[in-house]
Amino acid sequence: MAAAVRISLLVLLLLGPGGWGQAEPPRDSLREELVITPLPSGDVAATFQFRTRWESGGGQPWGQGGLSVLLKADRLFHTSYHSQAVHIRPVCRNAHCTSVSWELRQTLSVVFDAFVTGQGKKDWSLFRMFSRTLTEPCPLASESRVYVDITSYGQDNETLEVYPPPLTTYQDVILGSRKTYAVYDLLDAAVVSNSRSLNVQLKWKRPPENEAPPVPFLYAQRYVSGYGLQSGELSTLLYNTHPFRAFPVLLLDTVPWYLRLYVHTLTITSKGKENKPSYIHYQPAQDRMQPHLLEMLIQLPANSVTKVSIQFERALLKWTEYTPDPNHGFYVSPSVLSALVPSVVAAKPADWEESPLFNSLFPVSDSSSYFVRLYTEPLLVSLPTPDFSMPYNVVCLTCTVVAVCYGSFYNLLTRTFQIEEPRKGGLARRLANLIRRARGVPLL
Amino acid sequence: MGLLSDPVRRRALARLVLRLNAPLCVLSYVAGIAWFLALAFPPLTQRTYMSENAMGSTMVEEQFAGGDRARSLARDFAAHRRKSGALPVAWLERTMRSVGLEVYTQSFSRKLPFPDETHERYMVSGINVYGILRAPRAASTESLVLTVPCGPDSTNSQAVGLMLALAAHFRGQIYWAKDIIFLVTEHDLLGTEAWLEAYHDVNVTGMQSSPLQGRAGAIQAAVALELSSDVVTSLDVAVEGLNGQLPNLDLLNLFQTFCQKGGLLCTLQGKLQPQDWTSIDGPLQSVQTLLLMVLQQASGRPHGAHGLFLRYRVEALTLRGINSFRQYKYDLVAVGKALEGMFRKLNHLLERLHQSFFFYLLPALSRFVSIGLYMPAAGFLLLVLGLKALELWMQLHEAGVGPEEAGGTSGSSPPHPPTQGVGLASLMAPLLVSQAMGLAVYILPVLGQHVAAQHFPVAEAEAVVLTLLAIYAAGLALPHNTHWVVSTQAPDRGWMALKLVALIYLALQLACITLTNFSLGFLLAASMVPAAAVTKPSGPRPLYAALLVLTSPAATLLGSLFLWRELQEAPLSLAEGWQLFLAALAQGVLEHHTYGSLLFPLLALGLYPCWLLFWNVLFWK
Repeated sequence: MAAAVRISLLVLLLLGPGGWGQAEPPRDSLREELVITPLPSGDVAATFQFRTRWESGGGQPWGQGGLSVLLKADRLFHTSYHSQAVHIRPVCRNAHCTSVSWELRQTLSVVFDAFVTGQGKKDWSLFRMFSRTLTEPCPLASESRVYVDITSYGQDNETLEVYPPPLTTYQDVILGSRKTYAVYDLLDAAVVSNSRSLNVQLKWKRPPENEAPPVPFLYAQRYVSGYGLQSGELSTLLYNTHPFRAFPVLLLDTVPWYLRLYVHTLTITSKGKENKPSYIHYQPAQDRMQPHLLEMLIQLPANSVTKVSIQFERALLKWTEYTPDPNHGFYVSPSVLSALVPSVVAAKPADWEESPLFNSLFPVSDSSSYFVRLYTEPLLVSLPTPDFSMPYNVVCLTCTVVAVCYGSFYNLLTRTFQIEEPRKGGLARRLANLIRRARGVPLL
Repeated sequence: MGLLSDPVRRRALARLVLRLNAPLCVLSYVAGIAWFLALAFPPLTQRTYMSENAMGSTMVEEQFAGGDRARSLARDFAAHRRKSGALPVAWLERTMRSVGLEVYTQSFSRKLPFPDETHERYMVSGINVYGILRAPRAASTESLVLTVPCGPDSTNSQAVGLMLALAAHFRGQIYWAKDIIFLVTEHDLLGTEAWLEAYHDVNVTGMQSSPLQGRAGAIQAAVALELSSDVVTSLDVAVEGLNGQLPNLDLLNLFQTFCQKGGLLCTLQGKLQPQDWTSIDGPLQSVQTLLLMVLQQASGRPHGAHGLFLRYRVEALTLRGINSFRQYKYDLVAVGKALEGMFRKLNHLLERLHQSFFFYLLPALSRFVSIGLYMPAAGFLLLVLGLKALELWMQLHEAGVGPEEAGGTSGSSPPHPPTQGVGLASLMAPLLVSQAMGLAVYILPVLGQHVAAQHFPVAEAEAVVLTLLAIYAAGLALPHNTHWVVSTQAPDRGWMALKLVALIYLALQLACITLTNFSLGFLLAASMVPAAAVTKPSGPRPLYAALLVLTSPAATLLGSLFLWRELQEAPLSLAEGWQLFLAALAQGVLEHHTYGSLLFPLLALGLYPCWLLFWNVLFWK
């Protein structure tokens, strides 16, 4: 689904360096949380985070039970998107940073596909997603929570219903818009003990109609245009759907050297007019050494599509340089877009230690905008490939044929052949001719 | 090659070529035709085999069971289409979204160069609808296409129904590694062309269309589906694409595999596969199939929506459901299973289809002739032109050397006076004039359609065709008008030089055509070579003239039409044939402008002027 793909394009988010604790954190700690975000398309995104801190040199606590019971491989790999990350960093334990703790943060994000798992139904529950329910908190965890995004998308409130009803809710500004989360704290005895298990259920009160899902303010597409194996064009479409705010984006392209870019063909158009980038950095490729590097700062007008295109020619590689599957094509890595996108709602910088873990995925530097880094889709470009089973035979055969025919035909075409009668009477005739020449009579 | 460097042996060889020229030419021509006919027989045809590893050994189990769903979707689609009179875009969008596809539309418009009487359209505008099934956990770098071209009439509803039911089934599976695009195009091939151009962000034919919002990487393969009944008796597969391009043979092998697996009755050119290769019937039937394929490929017309994909290096074929009077019928589930199997195997592809043949002829669904085996047939025919040219060259050369030698070889021609070469000027006039005629045939009909339609009581489309024929016929009057620029000295040497140039010109053209589109090259060679070889200003002129006219490109087209309908067992009457001929001319011109088909410019700018040169030779004064 669109939203799922967009998420996959969406966020590889900066883990900002701002988490150096001010207060004295506990020496060893484990925090775990699960964020469930129902998407307008009917898919559901689930993000697990486990944060462990321990003293340097000491052993680290490992969780048993708790949220990790949900990590069941065959369900997780039945999803349409899946991303894992591990971050390790030192955390100062005092203001002068004389001693540090270590923090291990493990993240797992999956997007459950409404059509594969739910047979077209758009209601979800923990059991339906993971074929498990939560029964107990992790005994070692200092915090073990489930957050469910219950922000209503439409104009009317209450499109989504969660069951059991949450005891508390949490509000925050995420990526420039206000979000409301239902919070289930597993350490709170009331949450689990009522029915011995927690199976959070989501029900769409009015199922989302089969209409196109809402689009984010900034997204991008990239594709190869043209056909044939000689030349082509890399096109990147940058969409700014904000109704009235223009904002700049930084576009970074690395293109392999075997696509020979023609930089003079670089064109950037917005709303049918040329859009001059305020900054361009270009580092040309060197064959077999380094790729092209192209970096531009482009201002995206409000509510516009900007097309960045550049033509290229496909190079012929040496035949040992081809991959074992040359006809598959060659990958061109995604463009990277970095932008400060205007917020709808002003965000306030939060205290990271107090706020939920997922907050650190969306760092706030400025209340009027939020930082987004997007990766466009990678491209698959075919290069001209020789027929690898043939070269030896063909080279031998053609060389022989050319060698044999060329010389003879060249001779035939450039020379004329005449029969010269063998001379008769060598010496006598020469003498006679000498005399005849002296007499001025035609020679014999 | 010492043989040729030695003047004595060279002269002996030259005498041999000159003396045996006629029998050699006849022998070569007969050998060419015989070789071609022999292509349908087992030693020259081979069994097809799957070359692609990724599709050969893997097993798939088809689970499609949405026959009822397909039928009800088809009924809904047909009802909505009847109600709105056009493609029910909103309904399609809604339905595609409800089965879980990412849906986009594309609007396009095209003003044809002149009204298309066959399809009854002139100013065309339409909307294509396509839905993308995103492969889970993949980055949308590769995709497959299932397309259903919808025309103005209410055919192909079942194909849309089956496509949507398949989409719903595919959507629930997690094994997809490539995105799948489900495409419904309006105005059949025009819509397909508009979509393909927009997908590749190029403009080849002057189509105006909105840019595509959604893409899915490099398209690896495409299948076009045409289905107009709830049950089918057989599936016909079409491979011939634009300008005679063919998809990789492995794609056809794949289709054939699933035909066999599902027990489906599959046909090629509407002909069943011959069962018995030992008796004469089997090969005879395969000769028919082969000839049909050659005619189809030579026409350069896309034989289905798949034909337009080939230009973009997307391997594609069209499956056509046939519902005839045969007793045993298959329902949509059987067709759906075959498609599911094909798509699952294409999904396994690691590389583009490239292992198998791109140049082949098909005498039957499971038999093929590779390029190495069919090329000699055309080679023999072109050899005739080479031999004739050699003979002329020698006659011209020896005429310069001495009259007695030339007189000894060709008894009919009188001894030539020894003159210094043939003036190029005398050749330039006929060359330029005939080339200009070709240019007129190419440009004037479309350019002058309004003028013609104003002054004569005909519609634009008729005007184009009639102007075309008029200019074509006017070319025949040329020799009488051009001879005044030709110097009258050494008349024999004049026509010989002209014929020599014409022979080489024809041989080069035919050789080039044969390399890219064997069928067209072979057909033209088979018809044009004999007349080109025998034409000369002396001898039975009316006979030569009749032969030349009968083998001119237009007459070849007419003859091919009759042969085609004869092979399809639907013979034409003369009047029908003429009507079909006029329609084919109009279609040829239209397809050049709308899809970029090359047959019309090839005939108008290449072969017709060349043929006029021979006409000039015949009426040399």
